[in-house]
Amino acid sequence: MAINKKYFQSLSQLANNPKLDLLQEKEFADQLPAEAFLGDEDKLSESSTSRRDFLKFLGFSTAAASLAACETPIQKVIPYVVKPEETIAGIANWYASSFYDGNDFASLLIKNREGRPIFLKSNDLCEYGGVNARVQASVLNLYDNSRLKDPMDNGVSSSWSRVDKKIIQGLSANNISGKGVVILSSSIISPSTNSVIQAFVRKYKAKHVVYDAMSVSAMLDANLESYNRRVIPTYLFEKADVVASFAADFLGDWLDSGHGKNFAAKRNPNNGSMSRHYQFESNLSLTGANADYRTPVKASEMGVVLLNLYNLIAKKAGVSLVKVALSEHRNILQKMADDLWKSKGKSLVIAGGNNIHIHLLVNAINDLLNNTGKTIDFSIQSNLKTGNDQHIAQLIQEMNDGKIGALIAYNVNPVYNLAQGKEFIQGLGKVDLSISFAEKLDETAAQMNFVCPDHNYLECWNDANPYTGIYALVQPTIHPLFNTRQAQVSLMSWSDLGDDYYSYLKDYWRSNILGVTSWNSALHDGVHKLKTKEKPVTFKTSVANIVAPLANLSGDAIDLVLYSKTGLGSGEFANNPWLQELPDPISKTTWDNYLTISPRFAKEIGLNNEYVSNGALDGDVVDMTIEGVTLRVPILIQPGQAYKTVGLAIGYGRSGSGKAGDGVGVNAFLLAKEFKSILSGVSLTKVEDAVHEFACTQLHHTMMGRDRIVKETTLSEFNKDPRSGNEQMMLETHKGPQEPEKITLWEEHDRDVHWWNLSIDLNSCTGCGACIIACHAENNVPVVGKEEIRKSRDMHWLRIDRYYSSDMTEEIAEEEGISSIDKFLAMEVASTSESLEVVFQPVMCQHCNHAPCETVCPVAATTHSREGLNHMTYNRCVGTRYCANNCPYKVRRFNWFNYSDNDQFDFYMNEDLGKMVLNPDVTVRSRGVMEKCSMCIQNIQKSKLDAKKERRKLKDGDVDCACATACDTGAMVFGDGLDTSSKVYAQARDPRSYHLLEELNTQPSVWYQTKIRNKA
Amino acid sequence: MHYESPIREPLILDDKSLHDITEDVARPIEGSANKWWWALFLISLLAFLWGAGCMAYTVGNGIGVWGLNKTVGWAWDITNFVWWVGIGHAGTLISAVLLLFRQKWRLSINRSAEAMTIFAVMQAALFPLIHMGRPWLAYFVFPLPNNFGSLWVNFNSPLLWDVFAISTYFTVSLVFWYMGLIPDFAMIRDRAKKTLIKKVYTILSFGWSGRAKHWQRFEELSLVLAGLATPLVLSVHTIVSMDFATSVIPGWHTTIFPPYFVAGAIFSGFAMVQTLLLVMRKVLYMESYITIKHIEYMNIVIMVTGSIVGVAYITELFIAWYSGVEFEQYAFLNRATGPYWWAYWAMMTCNVFSPQFMWSKKLRTSIAFTFFISIVVNIGMWFERFVIIVTSLHRDYLPSSWSMFSPTFVDIGIFVGTIGFFFVLFLLYARTFPVIAQAELKTIVKSSSSQSKKNHHE
Repeated sequence: MAINKKYFQSLSQLANNPKLDLLQEKEFADQLPAEAFLGDEDKLSESSTSRRDFLKFLGFSTAAASLAACETPIQKVIPYVVKPEETIAGIANWYASSFYDGNDFASLLIKNREGRPIFLKSNDLCEYGGVNARVQASVLNLYDNSRLKDPMDNGVSSSWSRVDKKIIQGLSANNISGKGVVILSSSIISPSTNSVIQAFVRKYKAKHVVYDAMSVSAMLDANLESYNRRVIPTYLFEKADVVASFAADFLGDWLDSGHGKNFAAKRNPNNGSMSRHYQFESNLSLTGANADYRTPVKASEMGVVLLNLYNLIAKKAGVSLVKVALSEHRNILQKMADDLWKSKGKSLVIAGGNNIHIHLLVNAINDLLNNTGKTIDFSIQSNLKTGNDQHIAQLIQEMNDGKIGALIAYNVNPVYNLAQGKEFIQGLGKVDLSISFAEKLDETAAQMNFVCPDHNYLECWNDANPYTGIYALVQPTIHPLFNTRQAQVSLMSWSDLGDDYYSYLKDYWRSNILGVTSWNSALHDGVHKLKTKEKPVTFKTSVANIVAPLANLSGDAIDLVLYSKTGLGSGEFANNPWLQELPDPISKTTWDNYLTISPRFAKEIGLNNEYVSNGALDGDVVDMTIEGVTLRVPILIQPGQAYKTVGLAIGYGRSGSGKAGDGVGVNAFLLAKEFKSILSGVSLTKVEDAVHEFACTQLHHTMMGRDRIVKETTLSEFNKDPRSGNEQMMLETHKGPQEPEKITLWEEHDRDVHWWNLSIDLNSCTGCGACIIACHAENNVPVVGKEEIRKSRDMHWLRIDRYYSSDMTEEIAEEEGISSIDKFLAMEVASTSESLEVVFQPVMCQHCNHAPCETVCPVAATTHSREGLNHMTYNRCVGTRYCANNCPYKVRRFNWFNYSDNDQFDFYMNEDLGKMVLNPDVTVRSRGVMEKCSMCIQNIQKSKLDAKKERRKLKDGDVDCACATACDTGAMVFGDGLDTSSKVYAQARDPRSYHLLEELNTQPSVWYQTKIRNKA
Repeated sequence: MHYESPIREPLILDDKSLHDITEDVARPIEGSANKWWWALFLISLLAFLWGAGCMAYTVGNGIGVWGLNKTVGWAWDITNFVWWVGIGHAGTLISAVLLLFRQKWRLSINRSAEAMTIFAVMQAALFPLIHMGRPWLAYFVFPLPNNFGSLWVNFNSPLLWDVFAISTYFTVSLVFWYMGLIPDFAMIRDRAKKTLIKKVYTILSFGWSGRAKHWQRFEELSLVLAGLATPLVLSVHTIVSMDFATSVIPGWHTTIFPPYFVAGAIFSGFAMVQTLLLVMRKVLYMESYITIKHIEYMNIVIMVTGSIVGVAYITELFIAWYSGVEFEQYAFLNRATGPYWWAYWAMMTCNVFSPQFMWSKKLRTSIAFTFFISIVVNIGMWFERFVIIVTSLHRDYLPSSWSMFSPTFVDIGIFVGTIGFFFVLFLLYARTFPVIAQAELKTIVKSSSSQSKKNHHE
C-alpha cells in the first residue's frame, strides 16, 4: 500500500546518519544571534538602521498607507462596446429637425455630441419661423429631472402594457355607454399626427377640441367674418414701408417667432429704404421699445384710437366716416395716417389682443390701404394657431353636464392656463376616463386617471406643416431617456394602428407630401416646400356694426393688460432655469412676474419701488381684484407704461412644472376669462408691510448723458451724413486734436493670422435675448438663482443693456441753468413723458487689443492672443478680481461659489441628468475663478482644424460664435477682421461703426453700429 | 557729546536715572498682568477667533459669502488691506526717518511704533491672501521657477508689485525692529531669575554682551537699515496706491495718488500710535518717557499730514472738474452727493476737519482730546479707502452695470477679527517685550532728561 511507502529526503537519511536525527529535532540549526546582537550596544550602534530610522520608516509607511487608502475621485469613462456608426467622440453631428410647442415654430439644426443634443440653431433652408430664446432653451427641457419616467396609473407608476389594457377597456366601455370621447389639444400642425388623431376619432367616434393658451381665436374669427376664411395670413414685414402696430408685440410673442428677422430685413438704412414703425400700446413691449414712434394708450381706449385712424384713412380713401370721439393722440395719428396712405399697398396695420372687433376694424383699415394680398398674404397661411375659444368653453360645459366619457389631453394644461381651471377640474370629476400625454406631472396631468408621458420633441419622429406649402420633419436626436412613449404611438396603439409611428409618418409623407423627392433628402434638409396657389380674398365687413363696442370708453377704471414675456411665454417652459434667469428685455427682472404700473399712476396711488443697501430692488405688494378674482402681486414701476393701465405677465405661478418653475410669480391666467387679454375695472389695494424682493440684472436705467454709449441718429440725418451720430471723437493733446486710438503707450500686438471681430448692429438688434440663451447653452454658463441675481451676481457672459431716455439732457441743464448735482439726479430718472425712448445694447467681452484686464492680473491668467482674443486661463486664475474691477465694460463674471455639483444651486448642474446638456468642449468653471466671453474659441479652434485638415484657408462664414448664430435679425456678424472679403471687415468700415468707450483707447474687437430711428 | 539747550523741554521726566529706566522697562515683563490686561486680551482673542472663523467660512464656501458683486469686486477686503498697510507706516517713519534726522524724541516711541507696524502689516497681508478666489493657489503670485510650462508672473501688474513691496517692507521692518530689541532682550536676560525665562531671552538676545564691538555693529547696522527702510516708507504706499492709479476706473486713475497715499498712511499711522501709546503709557506707567511733548510732536505730524491729505482731496476735485472728462467729473460728484455721500463726508470730517484742531496748543497737549482725535482719524482713514474703492467701482463707465455694495456679517467679522488679532499681538508684546528701547533711550539721559537739565542749572 502506498501509505507504507517511505521516501528518503537525502542520502544521509538513507544512510541513517545519527547527526541528522539530532538536527531534525531542532527547528533552527544554529542559535539565532538575537541576544548577541541586541545585547551588544556597540554592535547595535554600528547598525546603519537606527531607532530613529525605524520610526521614520514606520511613520512614512503609515502615512503612505493612509494616503493610499484615501479614495481618489473616480469618474467613469465607459467606452462604446459597439460604436455607433455616425458617432465619433469629440465630433458633433448636426441633425435637421423642427420645433413646435403650440406657440412657436422653428426649423432647426440640432448639434449632437456623443449622442446628446446640446445646442441648436436655425435651419437656413426654412425662411419661416424663428429661433427665439424659448426655442433656443428647449434643449434643456430634455434633461429635466421632473419629467415623468414611467406611465402613471392614478398617481402610481405603471407599465405601458397595463396602462394600455386599462385605457382600451375604458375607451371601449365608454364607446358603449354612448358618452363622448374627446381629444383636447393645443393647435396641431403635424399632418401625420392629425391623421392619427382622425383615425382615433373615427374609431371611437371622438371629438377633437383645440384651444391655445395664448389664443388668437378672435383674430381667426374676424378673418372668417371679413374674408370668409378662419385662417391667419402671413404678414410680410419685409415688404412694409410703414408698420402700424396696435399692441401687437410682433417682435415678442405675436403669432410667430419669425417676424423679427423679416422686420429687421426692412430696417437696414444702408439699403436706402427703412420702414417706419409706429406702436400704440399700454405696456412697454419689446416691440414698442424698438418703435420709431411709440404712444402709450390706455388699454380700453385702443378701440377709439383705431376708429380715429380708420376715419383719417377713410377720409383719404373717400369712404364714409364712423362716428367717434376725437382721440387725444390725433396728432400722431394724423402723421401715421399720412405715412400709411403714402405707402398704400406697402404698409401694414396689425393689432394684438383677443378682441374680434379690433381685428375686424384692422382688417377694414388694411383693406382701405390696399394691403390685403400685398403685405398680408392669405395664400400662405399660418397654421400655428387654430384654436377656438368657444369650443373649449363648450367642452367644459359638457364635462360638467356629464356628457363626456373620456378625455385625452394632449399638449395642453387647462387646469393651469384656463381661467375656468376650477370648472375644468370639477368637470373632470364627471369624466370616466381621463388621460394626459403630458411630459411631466403638471397641474392637469395630476388630476387625470392616466398619464402616458410623451417623448420630448428631441426624442421622437414627427412632422409639421406650419405654413401653407411648408412641410418640416422632426427627427429624434437621442434615444428616449425614460420609459416614455410618443403620444402618436399611444393613440395608434389604442386605435389598432400598430406602434410604428416612424413608418406611418414616412408612408404619410410618401403618399401625400414628398412627390418625387426622396425621403432621405427631405430628412436631410428638414424642410420640404410645395408650391402654393394664390388664394385671393375679398373683404366684406361693414364697419358700422363694430363702432359701438369699440367706441366705449372705460372712463376712470383701471385697465389690466396680460402679456407674455420673451422668456417664459405661456409658461410651459417655466421649469427651464435658463429662461427663468433670462432677464425680461424691458424690466431686466428675472425669476418673477409683477404688475407693471406707470410712474405717474404709482405716485398717485402711493405705490413705491425702492433700492435697498446692496442695490437690489424692493417693491410694494398689492391685492389686485378683478371680476371677483384677487391676486396678490408685487408692483414694478415701469416707465412707458400707459397711465391707469397695469400689466401682468402670464406664464408664472406654476405649481406642477418642477423645482425651478414652481412658486415663481403668480398665475395671471386666472384673470383671463374668455381668453381676454385686456380687462377693465381693476381695483388695487396696497398690502401694508408687505415687501417683494425683485432680482434685476440692471439697476440703473438711463445713460446719464453719456450719449456715446449707444449712438443714435435719425434716418433723415443719416441720409444727409452716414456718419451722423458717430462723429469721430478727438482728444486734445499737445500736438493738437487727436483720435483716441492714436494716443497710446503700448505697442501693437502682432496681428498677422486672424483678427476675430464681432460687429453688432444696434439698428437690427431688437433686444430679444435669444443670444443670451445661446451663450448659456454653448458656454456652460451657470444659472445662479434669484437670490444671487438680487446680489448683482448674474453670470451672463453676454448681457443686453437697456437704457431709457431721460427728460434731462446736457442741453436742457445748460439752458435752464441747472446745477450739476440736480442735473445728474434728474438724469437718473427715466423719462415719464410719452416720448420715452428705449435702446438696447448687447455687451460681452470686447476683446480689447489694449485690454485693461490683461495688464493688472498678477499671475497672467488673462492674456492676449495673436488672433486678437482676450484669453482667460481658468487654471491659472487665483481670483483677485482685479481684472473685473478694471474692466470698463464690466463683462467679467466671477465664480462666487461652486455653481456645479453644489446643491445650493439646485438647477441642473448638480445632477447627472441636467449635466448632460453641458458642452463637452467648454470647461465647467470652479469657484474662485473669473470667466467671460471667449468668442466661442472652441468653435474657432474647430473651424481652424477643419480647414487645416482640408488643406485650405479659413473662409468667411466658417466660424461663428453662439450669439451670432442665434441672432435671427443678423445684428451680430462674426468673422476675421483681417480677411478683406469678410462681412465683418466691411461692417467695421461702415460709417456707422464705432467702439464702445472709444476714448479709453482699449481698441476693442467688437464693433457697434449706430442705431437709426426713422423719424422725421 | 551732544549739547542740548537747557530751554528745550526734557524728553525724560521725573529725574529718572539710568537704573530707573531699566526698572521701568523691565517691570511689565517681570511683573504679572492685571485684570485689565486679561480682559482686553480675552476680548481681543474672541474677536480674533471670530474673525478666523469668518475667514475659514470664506475659504470653505467662496467669496460669495461677502457682499461683493459683479460691479464691486473689491470692498472691505482691500479697504482693510490698505488701511492696515497705512497704519503700518508710522513705525518705520519714526524709527528710520527720524533716526536719519537725529530726532531724539523718537527714542521712547519707536519700539512700540515699530511693533505696531509689524502687527499691522501682518493684518494687511492677510487680506490679499483671503480675498483671492482660490487662496490655496496664492503661491502663483510668486515668481517661482516651475514646471507649468513657460508660466511666469505678470510684472505689469501692480498687484505683483504689491507682493514685493509688502514682503520687502515687512522683512526690513522686522529685521530693524528685532535688531533694536537685541540689547534690551539682553538686559531682560541679565535680570531674569527663572531659568526658563532666562533661556528664552538668552536665545532672543543672540549672545549680546554689550561689548564696544557689539555697540559699534549695532549702530552701523541701525544706520544701514534706516537707510534701507526710509525709501520703503515712501515706496510701499506708493505701490499700494498704484493698484488704483494705474487702472482705468474714474476715481482710481489719478496721478496724485502716490504722495497722497503716503501722506495718508503716515497720518493714519501716527493716529494709531497715539491710540496705542496713550493707553500704554498710562497702563505701564511710562508717563515719564512718553511725555506730553512726544504727544504734541505726533499731533503736529498728524496735523501736517492731515492737511496734506486735505489738499489732495481738494486737488482731486479740482482736477476732475478741470480735466473735462465726464466720467471723472461724475465720479467725484457722485462721491460727494451720490448714494455713498455719508462715507465721503465722514472721510472729509474725520480727515480734513478734525486734525485742524491741532493748531491749538491747548488741544494738542490734551491727552483726552488727542485720544479722541486719534480714533476719529483712524475711522476717517478707513472711510477714505472705502470711498476710493467702493464709490469709484460702484458707478463707473456704463450705467447699466452700476450697483451698490453692502457688507455681510462675514465682511464685518473678518475686519473685527483682524483688529482682534492686532490687539492680541500687541498685548502679548506689551507683556513680553521691552516696550521702550531702553538701551537707546539711555543715551539721552545725560542730554535730554529732566535730571540733566536740572544739573545744568546748578
